[in-house]
Amino acid sequence: MSLIRIENIYKSYRRGEEVVPVLQGVSLDIGEGEFLALMGPSGSGKSTLLNLVAGIDTADSGRILHRAVDLTRLSQGELARWRAAHVGFIFQFYNLIPVLTAFENVELPLLLTRLARRERRKHVLAALGVVSLTDRLSHYPSQLSGGQQQRVAIARALVGDPDILVADEPTGDLDRKSAGDVLTLLSRLNLETGKTVVMVTHDPKAAESARRLVHLEKGELLDVHPETGL
Amino acid sequence: MFILKLVFKNAFRHRSRALMTVGGVTLAVLAFGLLQTVVHAWYAGAAAASATRLATRNSISLVFPLPVSYREKIKAAPGVTLVAGAAWFGGVYVDEKNFFPNFAVQLDSYLPLFPEFVFDPDERDALLRDRGGCAVGRKLAERFGWKVGDRIPLRGTIYPGNWDLVVRAVYRGANPNVDERQLLFHWDYLNETMRKTAPRRADNVGLFMVGIASPDLAPEVSRAIDETFANSLAETLTETEKAFALGFVAMSDAIIGAVRIVSYLVVAIIMAVAANTMAMTARERLCEYAVFRALGFGSGFLGLMILGESLVIALCGGLAGAWLTFPAARAFAAAMSDFIPVFNVAPETLWIQLALTLAVGLAAAALPALRAGRIGIAEGLRRIA
Ligand SMILES: Nc1ncnc2c1ncn2[C@@H]1O[C@H](COP(=O)(O)OP(=O)(O)OP(=O)(O)O)[C@@H](O)[C@H]1O
Ligand SMILES: [Mg+2]
Repeated sequence: MSLIRIENIYKSYRRGEEVVPVLQGVSLDIGEGEFLALMGPSGSGKSTLLNLVAGIDTADSGRILHRAVDLTRLSQGELARWRAAHVGFIFQFYNLIPVLTAFENVELPLLLTRLARRERRKHVLAALGVVSLTDRLSHYPSQLSGGQQQRVAIARALVGDPDILVADEPTGDLDRKSAGDVLTLLSRLNLETGKTVVMVTHDPKAAESARRLVHLEKGELLDVHPETGL
Repeated sequence: MFILKLVFKNAFRHRSRALMTVGGVTLAVLAFGLLQTVVHAWYAGAAAASATRLATRNSISLVFPLPVSYREKIKAAPGVTLVAGAAWFGGVYVDEKNFFPNFAVQLDSYLPLFPEFVFDPDERDALLRDRGGCAVGRKLAERFGWKVGDRIPLRGTIYPGNWDLVVRAVYRGANPNVDERQLLFHWDYLNETMRKTAPRRADNVGLFMVGIASPDLAPEVSRAIDETFANSLAETLTETEKAFALGFVAMSDAIIGAVRIVSYLVVAIIMAVAANTMAMTARERLCEYAVFRALGFGSGFLGLMILGESLVIALCGGLAGAWLTFPAARAFAAAMSDFIPVFNVAPETLWIQLALTLAVGLAAAALPALRAGRIGIAEGLRRIA
């Protein structure tokens, strides 16, 4: 059974008078435990689609189902609670809060839960353990390398134990070695903890980590075989 | 609490920008406090006025005198307790620069009429016994280093000649609104001399200060006094001491009004500056706000965060400005002591400063907080910092 079901989604942007159609009747099933890479030319609407899946943007028409929940019918507040409970975010530019330490950044999503301080601490340390950064708790983002910042961001995405990790070009700003580390981490999380991962990427090398590859072009989706590329 | 930590860290993230804004608010609140204090100082005479005192003067103008014989008739009006004649003497001590107010008054009733002039009982008795004696305010005595027993030569301007007075008493004010820079001496002494040198000008006073039994009586007593002298050679105008004092101030009302407006303008300007700074800061952090919201934080949280930051900056500046108002007012008072007898920061000035500070903080945060909550998350995330 699919975890996320995207049905006939339309989305366009208005730029003044002009209407820019981006997604035109896109449908996609994402299975539970899948690691899906979304590729396509720049401007094809990959980020737009990912944002819809993550519940931070709304479609013009169509449905997006998470199990039995139709995201397109949720209010802003319900959507915020849904995101907090089910989605972990990983961004190209890490997007850590600069005035908070690594520890505090990871703790952030837990502040919306009922967990007590001690419990939160346990969860934060566990998440930072997964990304091997327990020795950087009190470092500020500016005191960490790009790769380390992205690992803190992954810990932040993990800490609330979401079903889905969404990553928009998570390696786009990293050197090869750090990018490799991040991809290895995502694969491990997918394999060992069964998290569903949806990753937008430009990098064919990064896409190799995924178990399923989808191509978005001219507003339409094509499934591509990961090995043959056909 | 977590949000407080965020608020404080965010507030001083751009240290130089935050300090400039804090400095701006400090100066604005300080300027406001000083200007308000100038306005208060202007009305200090009226504020010091007693509700149980009336002033009776010649109805044509203060320049024209009243016969001293009116005293007994005024005293006869029902509700009147005390009457003291007074004349502006206008004497000069050594040099015109040494200006201070000096009056010839009927001390025997003037002193009981003005209980806020506080005397040592022995000095007061000595003053009343010595017709050539005078009383000086504490600050006046300090200014010229006068002590009880000193001789003070005054050169008459309105009343020609050289007048020698002996300091018999130094008074203090019972409250900060009392002018401690006056000199008072016996009208009798003035009048004796006038009888000898200019008999036509003798037996006149500039005005009468009239004590009444209760403030409620002011209108009817005033009317009664003025009716007594209607159709006489010198008709009178009686009003409350406050109205009388405000009459002096009225001439410069427009200037003081302008000062008051400027004091609020200064605050309005800093409000605009703070709002601009806050808007700039918020614009830079749109992406960060979008991250908070993506994680599930509501727009209310963002609003509080922005408001808190704005209030922290405004309060740092506002409290510093209010605090500095005191030493600044003291310095100002010292520099202007010859012209402004009473220059004290009023408690309500502090409250207004605090209220305006909060208003600056709120106003600066309002729009950015609204915008941060409204902008779409996906949209905000595109605004890479
Ligand atoms: N807020 C917006 N207003 C107007 N047009 C927009 C807006 N957001 C995106 N677009 C347009 O929608 C199209 C798809 O944008 P999107 O960011 O989803 O592309 P993408 O596939 O992620 O591209 P890239 O690989 O460069 O990140 C682009 O043509 C873009 O210009
Ligand atoms: Mg994109």
